[in-house]
Amino acid sequence: MADRPFAIKRQPGFATIAMVCFLMLYAPILTLVAYSFNAGSSIAVWEGFSWRWYAAAWQNELVQDAAIRSLVVAVCASFFATVLATMAALGTTRTRPYRGLTATYAVINQPLMVPEIVTAVALLIVFAVFKQATGYTGLGLLILAHTAFCIPFAYLPIRARLEGMNLSLETAAADLYATPWMAFRRVTLPLMGPGIVAGAMLAFVISLDDVVITEFVKSAGQETLPTYMLGQLRRSITPEINAISTALLAISIAMVTIFFFLNRKKM
Amino acid sequence: MSARTEAETAIAREVRRSRLLTLPALVVLFLAASGPLVVVLVYSFLTAGDYGGVTWRFSTEGWQAVFLERDIFDDTVSIADAHLSILWRSLRLSLMTTLLALALGFPTAYFIATQPEKTRNLWLFLITIPFWTNLLIRTFAIMEVIRNRGIVNTALMKLGVISEPIQMLYTDFSILLGMTYVYLPLMVLPIYASMEKLDFRLVEAGYDLYATRWRVLRRIILPIVKPGLIAGSILVFVPSLGAYVTPRVLGGGKNLMLGNLIELQFGQGRNWPLGSALAITLLVIVMVALLFYVRTAQKEGGGHG
Repeated sequence: MADRPFAIKRQPGFATIAMVCFLMLYAPILTLVAYSFNAGSSIAVWEGFSWRWYAAAWQNELVQDAAIRSLVVAVCASFFATVLATMAALGTTRTRPYRGLTATYAVINQPLMVPEIVTAVALLIVFAVFKQATGYTGLGLLILAHTAFCIPFAYLPIRARLEGMNLSLETAAADLYATPWMAFRRVTLPLMGPGIVAGAMLAFVISLDDVVITEFVKSAGQETLPTYMLGQLRRSITPEINAISTALLAISIAMVTIFFFLNRKKM
Repeated sequence: MSARTEAETAIAREVRRSRLLTLPALVVLFLAASGPLVVVLVYSFLTAGDYGGVTWRFSTEGWQAVFLERDIFDDTVSIADAHLSILWRSLRLSLMTTLLALALGFPTAYFIATQPEKTRNLWLFLITIPFWTNLLIRTFAIMEVIRNRGIVNTALMKLGVISEPIQMLYTDFSILLGMTYVYLPLMVLPIYASMEKLDFRLVEAGYDLYATRWRVLRRIILPIVKPGLIAGSILVFVPSLGAYVTPRVLGGGKNLMLGNLIELQFGQGRNWPLGSALAITLLVIVMVALLFYVRTAQKEGGGHG
């Protein structure tokens, strides 16, 4: 009847709205990246191309200090969170329901359900008491806080991967006389690999990006990159912030690319 | 007989092993996530110390201050207008953000889900990048666009549409725009996950039965992707209600939301009990919203851990 096949999947206007959304999502980000190369010191008036703000940020001692701290905390927190989340995933999936399992889910997912500001002030109070009692002002408390809220982010991909795994492979290992530990080490763990890596990467990015909790929990002078940028936003805004933002953006893009690459090979 | 006991001990051993495996994660979370919440509740019932902090004396001043305020001159008690207006603004803005994100996010998720396999990954990639980008960076990016000397105003002035910059920053509008911008990917991803499972043969069947596009949308597609819509709404509503960074950067110091009000009590306000009480209030509102979600999700019959 009709010359063109009826497009059953098309809804009027949806493609337009989607395009508008993508444009709106990326326009501000691209502007931000563009102005990081601004030769002038304004973030709105373009005066030519230059790398000066990247150089300035690179040489800025405060930025160096904050960057190193961010990386240290993110690496430690994502490591601990991934280990703990892997163990927790093994303890909560593919098992018959035991008493307290629902409560366990609630606790593990709690950072996802509670607004960050509430956790932030809660930790502020608890850590303030602790610091007063012991005089400790090191990085440990910050790493502890980051580890805690990174656990659910690492847990979810690992658990998804674990639930999708075929039990028959481990049964086959048992049939071939493997001990439970051997089966775990040489069959289960490698199969979980992509999930664990995805969880670790997600935890790393979440920790690197955290602003609110870090802002409340840090001791004086313990800046991370996001808290440094937040401080700068209140004072003078120079394209240095654009440069740092672009660098962080590059890291995010790299992570997402790796993540997508990993998820392509579905076993 | 002994075989049954053997099976029982094997099960008990497995359960114990599961419990032990989960224990370290639970300990860490209890120390730095759940436990402190109890402390906040306790602190909301204490008295404010002189220089911040608290003195360990029971008092309901913190909770009273959430809703009432005492005139310092004639000691009369009246409704705390400032607090309630902030609470109202927070609820209003986060609901509007959720609705706006729904209106924009649903067509976007639909679009991505209806792309051919090859290009779909590209679109997913594009929508995931903002999600993994720092909240502060995205807020800052929006700020640059709507400032008085930012892109939008400069472009409009160059085109001669306006002669003076439109004040967009430091208003409720800028907070709404900023939050929608920041939380949009969080709305798109769950809806997309739901849409992926939609069998378009049902849609085709609808068309075969002479349904219009609108009817197909309303009666076939929307009910099936409802779990995704609800999940996305929760993922946007909860963080936007407790938003702190976005209103602070885009609202200036005047348009406070609940998150900023809470922070104020722990900073300049030096009223930790009040801050704690406000935080608990926020938590309660969020829990109610989540309860609503769980109830609706269970009605669909799709339960998940």
